[in-house]
Amino acid sequence: MTPVRQTWQVSLRYLRVIARQPAFLGIALVQPIIWLLLFGALFKAVTQIPGFAGGSYVDYLTPGVVVMLAVSSAGWTGMAFIEDINGGVMDRMLASPVWRGALNLGSVVQAVIQIVIQTLLIVLLALALGAHFANGAGGVLILVLVAALLGAAFASLSNGLGVLTRQRETLIGAVTLVLLPLTFLSSALMQQSLAPSWIGTVARFNPVNWAVEAGRSAAMEKIDWGLVASRIGLLGALVVLSAAFATRAFGTYQRSL
Amino acid sequence: MNRTAFDNDAIEAHGLVKRYGSVRALDGLEIAVAAGTVFGLLGPNGAGKSTTVKILTTLSRPDAGNARVAGHDVLLEPVRVRRAIGVVGQKHGSDREATGRENLVLQGEFYGLTGAELRRRTGESLERFGLADAADRQVKTYSGGMQRRLDVAMGLINQPLVLFLDEPTTGLDPEARAQMWLLIERLAREEGMTILLTTHYLEEADALAAQLAIVDRGRIVAHGTPDALKKELRGDTIQVELANGEGVAARAALARVPEVREVMLEGRTLRARAQDGGAAVPAVLAALEAHGVRAASVTLARPSLDDVYLRHAGRTFRQGDDDRQEVAP
Repeated sequence: MTPVRQTWQVSLRYLRVIARQPAFLGIALVQPIIWLLLFGALFKAVTQIPGFAGGSYVDYLTPGVVVMLAVSSAGWTGMAFIEDINGGVMDRMLASPVWRGALNLGSVVQAVIQIVIQTLLIVLLALALGAHFANGAGGVLILVLVAALLGAAFASLSNGLGVLTRQRETLIGAVTLVLLPLTFLSSALMQQSLAPSWIGTVARFNPVNWAVEAGRSAAMEKIDWGLVASRIGLLGALVVLSAAFATRAFGTYQRSL
Repeated sequence: MNRTAFDNDAIEAHGLVKRYGSVRALDGLEIAVAAGTVFGLLGPNGAGKSTTVKILTTLSRPDAGNARVAGHDVLLEPVRVRRAIGVVGQKHGSDREATGRENLVLQGEFYGLTGAELRRRTGESLERFGLADAADRQVKTYSGGMQRRLDVAMGLINQPLVLFLDEPTTGLDPEARAQMWLLIERLAREEGMTILLTTHYLEEADALAAQLAIVDRGRIVAHGTPDALKKELRGDTIQVELANGEGVAARAALARVPEVREVMLEGRTLRARAQDGGAAVPAVLAALEAHGVRAASVTLARPSLDDVYLRHAGRTFRQGDDDRQEVAP
C-alpha cells in the first residue's frame, strides 16, 4: 500500500507543476501538430505510390505522430531529476526511507497522464483533418494504451539517464539523437513494404515500431489481435526493464556521492 | 576500543575513510556523540564535514570504517537509520515550485505518515516555524530564512531521534542566522534531541555546541567542550598597539616581563600570551614605560576557537578555507 501511496504522492508533485502552468501541455503539442500538418501535406502523395495499402495519409500518419509525441514528451522526464540533484532535493529524498521505485514511478505516472491527454488532443486534431478511425473509441483506446506504454518506458530511461549523467546536455543530446532515427527506422511515416528491407529488419527490434504497428492496427485498420497483443506484451516488458534500470540508478548515484 | 562504552551514544563512527579519486576526503575519522547533546563539527570547506554527514545519513558509503546512528548500523540497516533521523542538507532541499505545505506533506508521506496525523503534524510545524501565513505560497517566493526554516521543518516531520544540520546558517543574513540559532537551541533544550551540526563559523560552534570536534583533512584533530578546547591554550592574548615605530625596543622590554611568553611583533602590533592577562597588563605597561615605549592601546583577549584551530591545524582558519576550497568534491 505504501509504495502505491508514495508513487501517487510523487506524481502529484509533478502534476501540480503542470496544473499551475497548463500552457506547457499546449506548448508541448506544437511539435506534433506541426508534424501532422507538415508531414501530412508533404507526403500526401505517397498514398498514390503503387503498393501503398490503405486510405488517406492522415489515417496512416496519425498513429505515427502519436507515438513520436510519446517518445519526445517522455524523453524530457529526466530533466526534473537533474534539477532535483542540483537543487539538493534528490539528496533529501534519498536520505528518507521512501521506496526508491516510487521516485521513478511517480514521475512515470505523471509522464503517462500527460501523454494520454496529449494523445487525445492529437486524435481530435486528426479527426478535424478528416482522419477516419476504423474501430471507433475502442481502437483509439488501444492507441492511447500503446502510446502510454512506450512513454512509460522512455520516461524511465530518461530518468535513469538523468540520474546517472546529471547533465542536461546529455539528456537533450540523447532525446534529439534518438527521436528521429527511431521514427525513421519504423513504419511511423512510411509503409514498411515500400522501405528498404534492412529498415524492416531493424524495425523489428525498435520499440517505436512496436507501438506504431499495434496502434495503427487497432485504431485505423482491421484489428490484428495477435499483432496488437504481442506488441503490447513487448512494450510491457520494456516498461518493467526500464523501470528497474531507473530505480537502480539511484543506488549508482548514491555510490558516487 | 570498547564497544560497550558507546552504548549511550546516538552517533558513533570509527575509522571512516572516503576517497574521491586521489583525494582522501575522510582519513580515519572517529566521532562519538552522546544522546541528547548538540555536537558541532567544525572545519573549513572541504575538511570532510559534509562527507561525514553524507555517510552518517546513509546517502553515501565509506570506503572503510563503520558507523552507528540511533543504534543502527548505517551500512547494514540503512532504512532503520533513515527512519530514525532527520536531515537538513547544505543546499535547500525543498521543491521550489511547490508550496510549503505541499513540501511538508510529501516529506511526511516518505516516512509513511498519512491522513489526519500527517495533517496535524504539518499544521503544527508550519505554525511552529512561523510559516503558517506562507503555507500555501510557492517556496520560490520565500526569503532565504523562510526556506531554511522550511528545510528544518521538513527534517523534523518524522520526529527524529537524531537531527543532522549541515551548515544550517551558511548564506543567511545576520537576522535569519540569529533566528536559526534560537531555533536550534530550543530544539536541543525542549526536545532533548541529539543534533549533529556542521559549521565553518567558529562563533556558531561556540554558541550552539556542547561538544565539538575540529575536522581537518578528513580527521578529527581536537575535540571537547568549546571551553575546554579554549582552556587548552591556557591564558589570554595581550595585544599592544604601539604609538610609534619602536617595535624592537618594545619586544625587548616585554621579553623581560616574567608574566608573559610567546612575544610576537607584527608591524606596530605586539602580541604576547599570559597565564592571567588581567594580572600581566600592569607589568607589561610598566616595562614599556621603563623603556620609553608609548602604547596607543592595550587589549586583552580570551582565546577564541580560531586560536584553537590555529594550534591544532597549524594554520589559521581562513587559510584552511582557502587551501581546501579547490579539492572539495
